[in-house]
Amino acid sequence: MEPIRVHEGFVYPLNRVNVDTDQIIPKQFLKRIERQGFGEFLFFNWRFDENGNIKEDFTLNQPKYKEASILVAGENFGCGSSREHAPWALQDFGFKVIIAPSFADIFYNNCFKNGILPVVLKEEEVNQLITKAEEDKYTIAVNLEDQVVTDSKNFVANFEISSYQKEMLLNGWDEIAVTLNLESKIEQFELKN
Amino acid sequence: MTRPKTIIEKIWEKHVVHQEEGKPDLLYIDLHLVHEVTSPQAFEGLRMHGRKVRRPDRTFATMDHNVPTKDTHIINDFISKTQMDTLQKNCEEFGIPLADIHHPDQGIVHVIGPDLGLTQPGKTIVCGDSHTSTHGAFGALAFGIGTSEVEHVLATQTLWQSKPKTLNVKVNGALGLGVTAKDLILAIIAKFGVRFGTGYVIEYTGQAIRDLSMEGRMTVCNMSIEAGARAGLISPDETTFAYLKGRRFVPEGEAYEQVVEEWKALATDEGAVYDATVEINADEIEPQVSWGTNPSMVIPINGVIPNPKDAKTAHAKEEMERALDYMGLEANQSITDVTIEHVFIGSCTNSRLSDLRKAADIIRGKKVRVGVKAIVVPGSFSVKAQAEAEGLDTVFKEAGFEWRNSGCSACLGMNDDIIPPGERCASTSNRNFEGRQGTGARTHLVSPEMAAAAALEGRFVDVRKYAEPVMN
Repeated sequence: MEPIRVHEGFVYPLNRVNVDTDQIIPKQFLKRIERQGFGEFLFFNWRFDENGNIKEDFTLNQPKYKEASILVAGENFGCGSSREHAPWALQDFGFKVIIAPSFADIFYNNCFKNGILPVVLKEEEVNQLITKAEEDKYTIAVNLEDQVVTDSKNFVANFEISSYQKEMLLNGWDEIAVTLNLESKIEQFELKN
Repeated sequence: MTRPKTIIEKIWEKHVVHQEEGKPDLLYIDLHLVHEVTSPQAFEGLRMHGRKVRRPDRTFATMDHNVPTKDTHIINDFISKTQMDTLQKNCEEFGIPLADIHHPDQGIVHVIGPDLGLTQPGKTIVCGDSHTSTHGAFGALAFGIGTSEVEHVLATQTLWQSKPKTLNVKVNGALGLGVTAKDLILAIIAKFGVRFGTGYVIEYTGQAIRDLSMEGRMTVCNMSIEAGARAGLISPDETTFAYLKGRRFVPEGEAYEQVVEEWKALATDEGAVYDATVEINADEIEPQVSWGTNPSMVIPINGVIPNPKDAKTAHAKEEMERALDYMGLEANQSITDVTIEHVFIGSCTNSRLSDLRKAADIIRGKKVRVGVKAIVVPGSFSVKAQAEAEGLDTVFKEAGFEWRNSGCSACLGMNDDIIPPGERCASTSNRNFEGRQGTGARTHLVSPEMAAAAALEGRFVDVRKYAEPVMN
């Protein structure tokens, strides 16, 4: 897994609450057996109509968000199905950081396993980011080490993250390898139970 | 005397393998259920690193999401077939027991676990599927995980987990006649929203919960995830023990008596403190129907579709407007005026034998309304066989339902069972998200009884108007 320390990029504002993983990647694309290649199916039913034509009115289709790598959305992002295809699709599309006032638990966990940084900011801070990114091309920097989001002017917002998850991302660790270092403890547990 | 504890704390403490300051706990997993959609990348990860499955004996696989329900032998979708073949190969390679599509144990993973007695009180159970919370009905700590976590459990039989907060959802009073476990959980989510469980494990308590059958408890726990909670559970009691007795993986004879004593000790202690508590009165709950695109957008059968003008926030207003637009409905419309083209009775929420019996009681001797396409998809091969032994298949077929083979089917339409764009389905499943049952499909979540009644009348009706409504 690629480590994340500081990420600077364009913001894509998705001003919706309760975005579920069925929207992030619809079920018809879950049949593949690989981890790669899900980006083209991201938000498929919002980006394309029934005939596969691009829906111009869906903002992610607008040229100004083409290079966006930071998605900012409303609360409870990633609710519903546990499908890890959702973070795979976001990552493959080019998103490295997701910012929202709250996340669904399983989606939040899944992000860390794939080197995506989910950042929880206050609702008013998220709204500021959304407004600015809707107005113009908007760049922010997300610093994981210092746990702060800034722009080139005066936006500064700190965020909380567990030290364990922070370490995982900063170092790009393979969690299974970390756990297997404790194999003797797992064996002991199994013998006792 | 030790401090009174919740069942959640008791199960947790018994499963901690390793604890360290600044880290989540390393939690032992007793049972890992596997299906074809969320596992291939996990097995591939094991292969890439030369790792083995630590406990194939604590792992059990089946095929459910993709499987055809019309003719199990004909899989038209090449990609679906590849995914199923891949699971077969992976299970052979890593020595994992598999109930494939031709196996008598095949079925929806959350139906067969309890049915076989693999699901037991006090166990930690995971599966790469968010509805794993279903198994909490037995007093197990059961939750859905992503594919990376599936790989982690396969390799280590453990997961790093932060201790969850505990939430008591107390259901007072008793459900009325014709009001089911499905109506109860829909009413809970309608009242408290799709986020109130986030970060918590729910314990459902109260008289109405005690009164539920195991099937009803599974329906309630199943939809905990729709309230944001990864897990929901119910302290085990005599109803639980009676259900489990004699099932294949449950100890027999003296060993059974002994394990029941252990199970009894799991129940939440009198005076245990939860991090939060919410309450609801069962007597006030009517049969429910979802009108929108998330599982909190639900109204009683005699209610009207809400008006976005009454929304409390700008976001809520916008969300309601988009939902009405997607669903092709209008504010203030009576839900009983809404007509349907499809009925789906099935899914891990409502496809067990008792669900089918109750739906059959409504339709026996009657006919599905012309223009309505109605299907029944039993939760497992075994449920199907039992239903057929009772003649339920005949009841459904004579009424005009299609009687299918088991699988997840139209709950998420990964196989051919898809609702066409713009068409409306009364569904006993768990999610009414946009596109869930098919691109542009409009889903209304209801109980099996309500779905059966909707099939007869071609619109939503109060099932209580039918004679002799069944007790849950």
